[in-house]
Amino acid sequence: MTDLPALLVAAPLVGSVVVMLAGLVRSESGWPVAAVASLVQTGIAAALAVRAFGPDPVRYVVGGFDAPFGIELVVDGVSATMAVLVAVVALGVLGYARAAGPRSNAFYATYLLLVAGLSGMSVTGDVFNMYVFLEITGLAAYALVASGEGGRSARAALKYLLVGTIGASLFLLGIGFAYVATGTLNMADLSTQLAAVGYASPLVQASFGLLVVGLFVKIAVFPVHTWQPAAYAGAPDSVSALISALVSTIAAYALIRLVFTVFTVDFLLTNAFAQTVLIAGAIVSIVVGSVLAVAQQEVKRMLAYSSVSQFGLVVGAIAVANGTALTGAVIHLVGHAIMKGGLFLTSGLVASATGARTVDDYRGLAERFSAGAAVFGVLALAMVGVPPAIGFVGKWYIALGAVEAGSWPLAVVILGSTLLTLAYFARIIERMFFREPATDTTTDTPLVTDGEGSEAGGSDADPSVVSVGMQTTVLLAAVLAIVLGVAAFEYGQLLEPTIERLLA
Amino acid sequence: MIEFFAARVYYLVSFLLLGVGTYMMIGSPNLVKKVIGMNVFQTGIFLFFIVIAFVEGASPPLLTAPAPYVSPLPHVLILTAIVVGVSLTAVALGLIVRIYDEYGTLNEEAIQKVVGDD
Repeated sequence: MTDLPALLVAAPLVGSVVVMLAGLVRSESGWPVAAVASLVQTGIAAALAVRAFGPDPVRYVVGGFDAPFGIELVVDGVSATMAVLVAVVALGVLGYARAAGPRSNAFYATYLLLVAGLSGMSVTGDVFNMYVFLEITGLAAYALVASGEGGRSARAALKYLLVGTIGASLFLLGIGFAYVATGTLNMADLSTQLAAVGYASPLVQASFGLLVVGLFVKIAVFPVHTWQPAAYAGAPDSVSALISALVSTIAAYALIRLVFTVFTVDFLLTNAFAQTVLIAGAIVSIVVGSVLAVAQQEVKRMLAYSSVSQFGLVVGAIAVANGTALTGAVIHLVGHAIMKGGLFLTSGLVASATGARTVDDYRGLAERFSAGAAVFGVLALAMVGVPPAIGFVGKWYIALGAVEAGSWPLAVVILGSTLLTLAYFARIIERMFFREPATDTTTDTPLVTDGEGSEAGGSDADPSVVSVGMQTTVLLAAVLAIVLGVAAFEYGQLLEPTIERLLA
Repeated sequence: MIEFFAARVYYLVSFLLLGVGTYMMIGSPNLVKKVIGMNVFQTGIFLFFIVIAFVEGASPPLLTAPAPYVSPLPHVLILTAIVVGVSLTAVALGLIVRIYDEYGTLNEEAIQKVVGDD
């Protein structure tokens, strides 16, 4: 039982190898093995979470080398939340991918590799180890994006690879600067040593800058978000759901970990400029991401730009650096993963059932495919922040935190972001519920179009491919988005000791 | 001024490589050259790590050798980073093969013309 943190990372890794080996014997064995590995992973994450919410974080020494020299795994409330989130979302998307996704064994092996990388990033307590897991996550994500058909997904994956590698390399350079300043890589040790070096030292400041910019690329904050729309739109539906729900989320978690565990709040207080840059990045992301989302025709691209805006909120909460905002950041990360993953899955479901992939194709969807339209509507409203959905709770805490900190420009933008989010979701909701299907109008393209968008998903519009598993997953996402909203305030209290420790 | 730079020539070279790599990735329309640019960029970072481990007149970190020792940790880190870099290059080249099969060219601008802005 005490080896749980290590097993959390090992389970999907072993599963990935088993999928490959089993595939040599029987080509149909990929999904069951992946499902078992994912179930085991979820169990481990849940067991870990039960212990991690206690007064002290769970610490695990890897390979018998003690803390400052060896690699340490540390699980506190926030990391346990992320570990459970990764496991649950991966399990859910796996249920969807059985009928919808690419079915090859190579796909399932890469899928589990991505889960291993993400779990590793959530529990590691060593900055270089975090870089390695960041690259494992990245490599698996590039390969998964490329698992779609046609040249579009390959081009999207290459773009993602080039931009993502620059981000990860800057992260590595930042680690190098921190190592030069202190001579250690352990997060807990770094935080005391960096304080001893002094937060005004140029080495420490440069290290912070490089680490933050590197993670900004991975989170897809505005000026460095360019890989994201292409990658999400070019990937198969199950892959875009998994990546949109988890990869940027865990990168944002890494930013929380670096800012609060490694550099601490005192660094932000000493360097007001760093805090200003973080807040400015957040504001620009929220506004520009929303504006770009409104301008999109393809639904998956619109959802991708929406992520740019939503992660702006999380970065804003990190920059504000008080307990309320940080609680909001964690809740919004969980909520965004459920809602955005669910929205991508629903858009894939709608595309499989009706062939609709652009905003105009969604005209009159409520009549043609009412279940899909209903779920999409619920998730979209949850994203806008209609209570009692979880999207509301996250935004509420973040806005409250910004007000508490007296950061007025950010508070105004966060409150306004609800309207901005509504701006792009209202277009779709209006078309789905209040317009006639496009068949009887002359100006529009026919429903089942093989024009733009169909390249990403291959052969569209075959209602027989909509499986029970796909529908159940999508429905669960919508239910979770509401139920978690009700439970989130209690969760916020549960998180309190962890947040206090982060801010101490 | 000259001594200031001469004492830091290794750092200058590694950051020069970062610049060259970035320029190749942005400036060259050829996809393979973009990947080579990425490699140059990463090599700059590898060299930076190797330079920070250097200690004037130190011996390798063996118990039989006299002190002072060179720090072995950055070298170990860079071995890991090199493995990551090789894997990334492999994935990138695999993707480039697929792109070439699909479009028949490696020129980014030519592909852009065929598919429009995507």
